[in-house]
Formats: sequence, structure tokens, C-alpha cells
Amino acid sequence: MASASQGNNDATAAQLARQVRVSEKTSAASDKEASVRFEISDLNFYYGAKQAVFGLNLKVPKNKVTALIGPSGCGKSTFLRTLNRMNETIRNTRVLGKILLDGQDILQMDVVALRRRVGMVFQRPNPFPKSIFDNVAYGLRINGYTGRLNDLVEQSLKRAALWEEVKDALHKSAFALSGGQQQRLCIARALAVDPEVLLLDEPCSALDPVTTAKIEELMFHLKDSCTMAIVTHNMQQAARASDFTAFMLDGKLIEHNETSKLFTTPQDPRTEAYITGRFG
Amino acid sequence: MSRALLIWRKFLNVVMLTLTGVAAFLVVSVLFLILGYFIWNGGSSLNLDFFLKLPRPEGEVGGGVANAIVGSLKLLLLAAIIGLPIGLLAGVYLAEFGGKTFSFLVRYTTDLLNGVPSIVIGMFAYSLAVVPVKHYSALAGGAALGLMVIPITVRATEEFLRAIPDSLREGAMAIGASKWRTIATVVIPAASGGIITGMLLALARVAGETAPLIFTALGNQYWSPGWNQPISALPLIVYNYAISPYDDWHRQAWAAGLVLLTLVLLANLGCRVVINRKGVRSV
Repeated sequence: MASASQGNNDATAAQLARQVRVSEKTSAASDKEASVRFEISDLNFYYGAKQAVFGLNLKVPKNKVTALIGPSGCGKSTFLRTLNRMNETIRNTRVLGKILLDGQDILQMDVVALRRRVGMVFQRPNPFPKSIFDNVAYGLRINGYTGRLNDLVEQSLKRAALWEEVKDALHKSAFALSGGQQQRLCIARALAVDPEVLLLDEPCSALDPVTTAKIEELMFHLKDSCTMAIVTHNMQQAARASDFTAFMLDGKLIEHNETSKLFTTPQDPRTEAYITGRFG
Repeated sequence: MSRALLIWRKFLNVVMLTLTGVAAFLVVSVLFLILGYFIWNGGSSLNLDFFLKLPRPEGEVGGGVANAIVGSLKLLLLAAIIGLPIGLLAGVYLAEFGGKTFSFLVRYTTDLLNGVPSIVIGMFAYSLAVVPVKHYSALAGGAALGLMVIPITVRATEEFLRAIPDSLREGAMAIGASKWRTIATVVIPAASGGIITGMLLALARVAGETAPLIFTALGNQYWSPGWNQPISALPLIVYNYAISPYDDWHRQAWAAGLVLLTLVLLANLGCRVVINRKGVRSV
């Protein structure tokens, strides 16, 4: 009984934290000066001797969706993966420059703590070979959460717009789901630990248009609680789903602006060439 | 092209096809020949007594090899305790942590260890675990078999872990799991079917080893209480009974061989089932 009430307290604490964050966001929005979640300055990234990102400066605004577009191999995925230091799993890589998350240098942070705050969804759905429930509960369990998992799993699945489809099959294998459902499960899994930022690395490239629409819609709703950065090959997707867009070419950031402005009045001729489909 | 050459080519084709087919058939038939021969010779001795009774004194008819069956199980348990954890952890190291040079060294050494003749392993265990304490024991036999379990387990673990796609590791690490946490809670469970299979095969293989047991476990006519005394085992029974001058012991040697063979076949079949049901699933 004691442990159950403890679990309740934890759940309320998590909800409270989320409310505080939401209110922060509203006050910040009224603040006109859109507050910044990630501030990247003079970022250079190397795979061995090969440089993949060149002197990149970017501010990722809080509770907005920032899209990264550009032709294949332009370094946008590499850049995204520096934001949760996922590139460190690859040997012989090097990061130079500064990445601040809420003013803190992420290169100085404990990587486990960083990844808890900065979740990631990958190009291909990668559910664990476990049940749907265990997939979502995974992040909670490894972070030592011992309260009532059921509520948080349900909440996360609802935020990922998957709850209605799986609520009667929580203990079935995640592999029984369709590709689109698996991707939303992966989003739910990332959301379960309540990250401040969600990085999406071409999350819809393996999905059909209907599922893609579902994911874009859930991204829209997630803006209340989460900052998102999405790498996409699909310019319509960037135009539909993002507030800001950054265009990269050959490892360099060419242009960064509000999505509506970037797509209607691009400042750089290369941006214009790319979004009008002249290359890439 | 001349007609003769064409016919010659067709003829050669048929001959080679037949030869490979016959060789393939021989491979299959060897197993069934062995199985059939053991059933023919030892099947009649397989009765309840064989499984439940102790050996009779030399020359007397009847009795069983219950102590050897239990002995084999105890030796395998020891081998598992000694060999499997080391093999598993070293396999995890090779697949998940190892750098280039040291991994190459470990992998190469493992393959060499796998090729070390079992009599050499037995002698090694004898000099380390029998000579100093001045008596044969189940522990010494289990240690010898345990050494032989290690390399097979290492390589099986490594292979099956490598088959798990990196996307799973990234998925876990992206939520904030440490590397070890990722391996222990996602990668190993995903590969568990294959790893367990590898372990079972390793145990099945050493279950039939005789050479390392001859001068470590020695054999025993009676029950061997505890772990510190000579102990009987099925391969030892086969060896001792087969070279004895008594017809009844010959039959029991065939029967013991049949039991051993059946155990190994069942382990292999069981592995097939495990692999098919719960094998490595790629995403």
C-alpha cells in the first residue's frame, strides 16, 4: 500500500513538472523573445579525418518544431545526432564547438543524463523484442522509476496517439504492430521519460502517407511539452509540420528562418534552388 | 563443337552429380548406421534396472549405470558453472566492447583453445586439480570439461550478439541506458535464444568427452557423494565396459553409448526448436 501511494506521489510530481514547464512556455511566448532550448555555436564535426559539419551556428527555440532539410549526405543527420551525443557510439569521431542545452554545455554533461532529457526517434522503427508495455516502460525502469508504471505507460501511449490501437494488446510483442504503429511506439518509448527535446531522424521515411499524417499531428500536439528537431527529406513535411526550418548543404548551414519565410522568400539562391527542386 | 565432346560433357555432368549425391547420402546414412547399430546391440539392455541400479560386481549379470548417469549430470553441472559464465562474458566483450588488436588476440586464442585435443586438457586438469590433492575427483573432471565449454560459448555468444542490429542498441542508449544496461536488458535478451542454444550445444559436445575424464574423474563403481571423490560418467562406462571381457558389460556399454547418443541428439533437436521459436529476430 505504501509503495502504491509513493507511486501516486511520483506521478503527481511528474505531472506538476510538466505543468510548470508548460507555464514556463506560455510566459516565454508572451515574452516575445522566443526562448532558446539549444544554442549551437561554431560546431565542427569529424568522422576520422573527414569533416562532416562546418562551423554551424543555430538556435533551436523552445516548444517549437525545427526542421532540418538538405540533400542526402549534407550532414543534417550527423548534426542531429550531436545534439544527444549519439555520434559518440561511432569510433573515431570528434566534436568541436559549443552546444548549450538550457545554457548548459552538453559536452560537459553526463551522457546518460543528457539522453534522458533529449530523446530520439530513428529513421527505421526500432522497437525492442519485448511487449508493447515493456517497450514503453523500458526508459522508466532503467531510470529507477518504481512507481505505478501503468499510468505513465498509458499516458505516453496517448501522447504518441497509439493508445486506442493497442490498449487491449499491451502484452503482445511489439513486432506484431505495423511499421507506423512501431514508429509511434518508439515515440511513446522516448516520451515516457518526459524528455525536454525530441530529436526525429527522418521518422516518416519508411511510412505511408496516412501514418505520416498521424505522426505530424502528434508532433503538433507535443509542442506543448516538448521541443522538437526533425530531419526530413520531404520538403512538404518540413513546410507542414515545422515552425522553423534550417537548410544545410555540404555540412554547412546555409539558411535558417521561420518556415513560412524560408519557403516563400528564401534569402540564399542555393536554398531557393533546393526548395524549388532544382537539385537534391 | 563436336558431337563427341558434347556427349562427354553430359556424361561428366551426370557422373559428378551422382558422386556428390552419393557422398551426401553417405553423410546422412553414417548417423543412422551408428544409431541403428547401437540400438541393435544395446537396445536389449535398456530396461528400468539400467537407469535405476548400480553396476554389479565384475562377471555378474544385470545391474545398471544409474551412478554414471547422475555422475555425467554432475560433471556437466560443474562444467556449466565453470565454463558458461566466463564464455558468456568473454563473448559479450568481443561483440560489444573489444577494440581491434586485443579482440583479434582473444578470438584467435579462443579458436586455438577450441582445437586443443581433449586429452591435453585432461592432462592439464590432472596436473593442477588431481596431483596436488593426491586423489581423483568430480571437481577435477568438471573443471576439465568446463575448460572445453569456454571457447564454444565465447564464439556462439559473439556471433549471436553481432546478429542483433545496431538500431536496437541505439534505441536503448537514446533513452539514457548506459552501454552495459543496453547490453544486459536489450541486446542479450534479444539474442538469448541463440546464446542458450550455443551453450546447450557446448554442453552436449563435452557430455561425450572421455579422454579428459579418464585421469580426472576416473570412474566409480558406486555412488559418489559430494564433489570431491572419483565419479562415474557415461563415456567412462562405455570405455571401461567395452574393453572388459564380459558379454553383459559389452551390452551395457552399447546401451550407455546409446543413452549418450540420444542425449546429444535431443540437445541438438531442442536447439533447433529454440532457434525456430525464439531465434534472433532482426528488426
